[in-house]
Amino acid sequence: MEPFRTIHSIITPLDKINVDTDQIVPKQFLKLIKKAGFGQYLFFDWRFEKDGKARRDFILNDLEYKNSKILVTRDNFGCGSSREHAVWALLDYGFRVIISTSFADIFYSNCFKNGVLPIKVSKQTLQKLFETKSEIEVDLENQLIKFDGTQIPFEIEDHWKKILLEGLDDIAITLTREDKISKYERSQANTKFPAS
Amino acid sequence: MTKTLFEKIWNSHLIDEQDGRSLLYIDRHLVHEVTSPQAFDGLRMNKRKVRRPDLTFATMDHNVPTNNRSLPIVDQTSAMQIQALERNCKEFGIQLFDINSPNQGIVHVIGPELGITLPGTTIVCGDSHTSTQGAFGAFAFGIGTSDVEHVLATQCIWMEKPNTFEIKIEGKRKNPHAVTAKDIILSIIREIGTGGGVGCVFEYKGEVVSEFSMEQRMTICNMSIEGGARAGLVAPDEKTFQYLKGRRYIPKNYDEYVEYWKENLKTDSGAKFDKSFTICTDKIVPQVSWGTNPAMTVDVTGSVPFAEEYAKGNPEEEKAANRALQYMGLKPGTPITDITVDRVFIGSCTNSRLEDLIEASTIVKGKKVSPKVRAMIVPGSQNVKKQAEEIGLDKIFKDAGFEWRESGCSMCLGMNPDILATGERCASTSNRNFEGRQGTGGRTHLVSPVMAAAASIYGHFVDVREMDLN
Repeated sequence: MEPFRTIHSIITPLDKINVDTDQIVPKQFLKLIKKAGFGQYLFFDWRFEKDGKARRDFILNDLEYKNSKILVTRDNFGCGSSREHAVWALLDYGFRVIISTSFADIFYSNCFKNGVLPIKVSKQTLQKLFETKSEIEVDLENQLIKFDGTQIPFEIEDHWKKILLEGLDDIAITLTREDKISKYERSQANTKFPAS
Repeated sequence: MTKTLFEKIWNSHLIDEQDGRSLLYIDRHLVHEVTSPQAFDGLRMNKRKVRRPDLTFATMDHNVPTNNRSLPIVDQTSAMQIQALERNCKEFGIQLFDINSPNQGIVHVIGPELGITLPGTTIVCGDSHTSTQGAFGAFAFGIGTSDVEHVLATQCIWMEKPNTFEIKIEGKRKNPHAVTAKDIILSIIREIGTGGGVGCVFEYKGEVVSEFSMEQRMTICNMSIEGGARAGLVAPDEKTFQYLKGRRYIPKNYDEYVEYWKENLKTDSGAKFDKSFTICTDKIVPQVSWGTNPAMTVDVTGSVPFAEEYAKGNPEEEKAANRALQYMGLKPGTPITDITVDRVFIGSCTNSRLEDLIEASTIVKGKKVSPKVRAMIVPGSQNVKKQAEEIGLDKIFKDAGFEWRESGCSMCLGMNPDILATGERCASTSNRNFEGRQGTGGRTHLVSPVMAAAASIYGHFVDVREMDLN
């Protein structure tokens, strides 16, 4: 995975709560068996009319935000289905950072696994972000969002920060615990619990 | 120190801890065709094996057509995904219940049915409704495809310990055939919201939960994720042990396990939960969702709410409610029983088990589906279908005008040809009423199996308590 570097970008404001993963990438695109190319399906039903024309009233179709790498949205983003395709679509479209007041659990961890940084901020900070038109800077190393002359710190779990900054492969990390996993399996074989 | 059931399961599966996260051992991994192909690709790319194929079980459910199984699959992309699962299972030595298997079905229906799901275990699947299996006192939760790959390779998962959230279901239901587990879980989500359980694992407790059958416990645990919780669980009891007895994949020394489970798998008295919520069932009536998330639900005796009434002063909720009303094509103030439906879908991992079908059949028996309605039954598994046919349910439904289908996820998410057309309105026993979920522009109303069955007869929602349910 590519290590996460500081991101400079204007933000795309998606002013909705409870955005579910069915909206982020609708079911008809889940039949693909590769990870690549999902960006074209991002928010598909919100982005396009039935005849394929872009919907003018949807934020992603506003050329102003074309090169934005940061999506700002409201509470409980990514709820519903566990489909990682949602993150593949956001990433492939160009988003590296998602900022909200809260995220659904499975979506949140899916982000880190793909090098996307989800940031939880307070309601007040989120409101300020919705109002700014300037480019903002997301500095993961120092856990700061910088814009309009202010610096707002954010929290992130240590392990996720490390994985993003170093672009680590979780499976490789776990495989270094082989002795512990084997030991656990042996201990289970001799007891009644858990079943296997 | 006193502990909750969840904490006991968590502790007994801990392998390691680092930087604030824990490495947990996984006892059962269920795999389906939609969220696994990229995971198997990852294994191949890195020359990794499946660590425990013996603990991994696969089936195809999301994409499979529910009409005649002897016909080829028309949708080529679906066919490719199904073939990919067949190839992957063969290459990595995984037990697959394929499209022609008598054990094929929705992954969360067949897990318990085959005795793969056991109390006290950790169970994962690349599917958010894995929470269903928590009904057996297992820690069962959905994961993304990267974690599917991780579990295939290591049989473990990294996780931060979730908070515990106790949900007490108290009181006495006056009419348990009309006010079902579905109505209770919808009522809970109405109260706590779709994000109420984020970061938590629910444990359902209370006299109503004890009275629930295993099928009903599965229905409430299934929709834990709709309340934002990663998992939901119910402490195992005699009903759990009886349900599993004799099933195909249970351990040989089953009775010894039962003794162990009885002793160990319960929340200690006095154990502290991080959060708690109590719902009294005395006043719960049948529920119907009106909007585009499961919290947007009202009593069948009520009306479509005004956005400001629903939002209770929260401007973002009001905006979402206005959008939902527009999407659903509903006018605030309309009595729920005035809403007509075009389609009825009885199925999904929430409500497609034998008991659900038996309950729905009591409504339908001897009646006819409204000529304006197209209604279908999609049993959760081939085993459910077979058992239902043995007691003549297929005949009751077919005589009434229902389509009697093969098993799969079907119109719960419309990845197969079973979808709503734009603007079509459906009474559905599934779990999500999100925009476009059952088909682009389709309008979903979540209800119980008996409420769906009643709507099929009348062509609009009715209060099922007014029908003879005996």
